[in-house]
Amino acid sequence: MSESAILLTPLHRLHVELGARMAPFAGYDMPIHYSSGILAEHLQTRASAGMFDVSHMGQARLDGPDHATTALALERLCPADILGLAPGRQRYTQFLNAEGGVIDDLMVTRPPGADGRLNLVVNASRKAVDFALLEQALPADVRLTRLDEAALIAVQGPAAARVLARLAPESDIAAMPFMSARPIRFAALATQVSRSGYTGEDGFEISLPAGEAEAFARRLLDESEVEPIGLGARDSLRLEAGLCLYGHELDETIDPVEAGLAWSIQKRRRVEGRFPGTARVQRALTEGPARRRVGIRLEGRAPAREGADIVSASGEPVGRVTSGGFGPSVGAPIAMGYVASALTAPGTPLALTVRGKPLAARVAPLPFHPHAYHRG
Amino acid sequence: MSEIRFTKDHEYVRIDGDVGTVGISDHAQQQLGDVVFVELPALGAKFDQGAGAAVVESVKAASDVFAPVSGVVVAVNSEVDAEPALINQDALGRGWIMKIKLADPKELETLMNQSDYDAFLTTLA
Repeated sequence: MSESAILLTPLHRLHVELGARMAPFAGYDMPIHYSSGILAEHLQTRASAGMFDVSHMGQARLDGPDHATTALALERLCPADILGLAPGRQRYTQFLNAEGGVIDDLMVTRPPGADGRLNLVVNASRKAVDFALLEQALPADVRLTRLDEAALIAVQGPAAARVLARLAPESDIAAMPFMSARPIRFAALATQVSRSGYTGEDGFEISLPAGEAEAFARRLLDESEVEPIGLGARDSLRLEAGLCLYGHELDETIDPVEAGLAWSIQKRRRVEGRFPGTARVQRALTEGPARRRVGIRLEGRAPAREGADIVSASGEPVGRVTSGGFGPSVGAPIAMGYVASALTAPGTPLALTVRGKPLAARVAPLPFHPHAYHRG
Repeated sequence: MSEIRFTKDHEYVRIDGDVGTVGISDHAQQQLGDVVFVELPALGAKFDQGAGAAVVESVKAASDVFAPVSGVVVAVNSEVDAEPALINQDALGRGWIMKIKLADPKELETLMNQSDYDAFLTTLA
């Protein structure tokens, strides 16, 4: 066993001190849960606030001579409208391959007051692939800088805004619109903050220097509303929120339309194309895709996990579960998967094969738990 | 005081005459995390020692419960069916899973007693 090869985030020591159950994830030794356990951490996030170390994710910066140049360079890899992204705004998109399959999904932020700059956050498991793609595809006048010295801490839940406002009382952080981004000072500490996340709750993602991360995390945990949350609850939260996880709902064979992400392809790009896989994406938009991502509710209490076969009411194989587990806020087992488009109406009866037996289930609308994004 | 024996897979069997009450140990429930579902065997099901007899599902994963002894299932715990969290709260007591009528009491000699199991736990990572 080669322990020396595993990577540590800037908060590793804190996780161990807090008694986290650690396990490898995307090459990093990460906290799966702390002493409360996954169920309690999940419920804590929805009731109050949770702090997540997401420093394993890939942060990077693109710098070009002006916004249009940098934006158009990125648009050669993704189907979103980056040109039209206003300063201080953030957008969700995907890198696509020539067949229209998803290489990764990511957040793109146009920081205010830095013309020509775009900040990217990509999945930990894909960052090597993403950065190689960018290096090869970017024009000479747009430079990629990996931000390996940056930590990323998410604070999610209904109490997140008031906790952060308490820590940055001069900042008006609580008034940030959803999917906006700006620099915020917490006392002497300069950070970049976006109002977004991966839980379905109101929340913020805070990028800060690695050397400051542990002290800042301890400061957050001092606030009574905040508890540390591990990757186990991060997964159950995003599953209930109906959000895709790369390697499960997204991979290089799946296009954004069948994944239910057409909303992230703005109108100009749908019409103009000029992103990889335009033909497949445009066809899926006009004719409808052959299969679609759906939510699935099981009728019993046994969970179904990723890889479980989905069969129709008449017993034919019609798809596969891509994520499945128990939803603590829903109080029942839930799953997501892809099924033939004819079977995607909510209420459609299905069965999921678990330990060789068909378990009755139905297509359910997403999200399983309502989103509570800040719409103030 | 009825005898209790443990397997290396962290099942226990508590003996009363020729019937053993089977569950998972407190160590096992801690490792698993919050239990959300238990798949119980059918009454009358026969298992050889070491065969998969039940499944405990936590939030993250499914875990097999192997029969610590050969025999026939004579009871299953409807309480853990209704309230799987009992396994976390009281694994050795109200969180029992099934009762097996022993086919061969000599199999108990292959299992660990309480102090051997406690020692075994200290050897685990």
